[in-house]
Amino acid sequence: MIRAELRRAWALVWKDLLIERRAKAAFNAMAFFAGMVLLTFGFALGPDAPGFATGEGTLLQYLSPGLLWVAILFTGQLAADRSFQLELERGGLDALRVYPGDRKALYFGKLLANLAVLLLMEMLLLPFAAILYSLDLWGCLPALAGIAVLTTLALAATGTFYAALTANLRARQVLLPLLLFPVLIPVVLAAVKATALVLRGDPMNELASWVKLLASADVLFLAVSALTFEYVVEE
Amino acid sequence: MTNVAHAVIEARGVRKRFGRAWGLRGIDLTVESGEIVGLLGPNGSGKSTLLRLLSTAARPSAGELRLFGRAPEREAAVIRQRIGVLAHASGLYGELTARENLRFAAMMYGLPPAQPALDVRLAEAGLAHAADARVRTYSQGMLQRLALIRATLHDPDLVLLDEPYTALDASGLTLVDRALADLRSAGKTAVVATHLVERSLRHCDRALVLSAGRVVYDGPAAAVPASVFPSAMEGVA
Repeated sequence: MIRAELRRAWALVWKDLLIERRAKAAFNAMAFFAGMVLLTFGFALGPDAPGFATGEGTLLQYLSPGLLWVAILFTGQLAADRSFQLELERGGLDALRVYPGDRKALYFGKLLANLAVLLLMEMLLLPFAAILYSLDLWGCLPALAGIAVLTTLALAATGTFYAALTANLRARQVLLPLLLFPVLIPVVLAAVKATALVLRGDPMNELASWVKLLASADVLFLAVSALTFEYVVEE
Repeated sequence: MTNVAHAVIEARGVRKRFGRAWGLRGIDLTVESGEIVGLLGPNGSGKSTLLRLLSTAARPSAGELRLFGRAPEREAAVIRQRIGVLAHASGLYGELTARENLRFAAMMYGLPPAQPALDVRLAEAGLAHAADARVRTYSQGMLQRLALIRATLHDPDLVLLDEPYTALDASGLTLVDRALADLRSAGKTAVVATHLVERSLRHCDRALVLSAGRVVYDGPAAAVPASVFPSAMEGVA
């Protein structure tokens, strides 16, 4: 039984990633958008403005964890919306509704595909941010990767859920961020704090508590979304 | 409620509401195993809505619906394994090839995505030459053929066809006729919503005519009175 559901979830991942690979325009547009957000912040804040607090580095370097996660949050919302948009094009959502099996397989299939797209995006975005904001990420890559996976899982878990909820609504492009962003505030806060501690050092050993918050958010969002997805995807 | 043990579809007072409007206003229906039912009626009469409820894609607003003796709101996962649906929208993915679309459907139905079996079905539908073309390049008729294969890929016991003859050329029409004949000979149950009354009723044991969300005729397909559906019944012998 579980194996059959895993196979269904895998079928969705395979299908969504294959479509994403073929219709490169969507991924390219999202990557370009995220890059433009980082670039716009760079221009708006100025590359040489001094950072506050310690007086070390530039303002951009000081704010980079926040700027990076804001860009990823915006892109995550686009990716989640896009993943259900492609189901609406030829009545795919109705076709998905009448396939047998547990709705959780639909949720986890969509979630994993969104997660893969977002992680790939972040692999491009991190080096871009490093170059743009003159950040030395090389030494802290494993810690950053861990934070990125935990945060992106929370983004994808809630993004997939709310994208399904708003998929059939006419005002979904407005409603999706309105519903999604408030829920994700604690996640973005934890991600920004944890990233800043990794980049600037952690003299008070605070990192573990932020990572625990991210992991707790993952568990909570995954559990609630998986258990209620059935009602969300029904007409 | 006769022969309850074998009834594939049992609907009692089924209603469906869309905002303030009623799509269905109380449908009572029992379809036994092996019956081929033609679902007729003018545009907006509720044919597609009824098929959506029967396919479990939507839930009734009121009334009781049972499929294979099970309640869809509690046992939809089991019911869906036994239903094949050709909906108004194809539900196919334009960026995937025909073969990939069928492979995806096979995986979702828990079937082995065996290439030879899929190739045979594509050849039968006259799509072998376009099996590796992306579906977004297909004509409406080709989409309909592919959607028909997908609807019957898992050998369902109940097949729901919404306007199966739409956009098909002569060979496509024959393909649907053959599919209906095959369902009949295999003892499967089917509900076929269509405007091609004369053509579809040839394959049906029974006709169900809807008007404004209500059943106005339920009886032998060969004896549908022209008075219940005058515009569509023109030309029917």
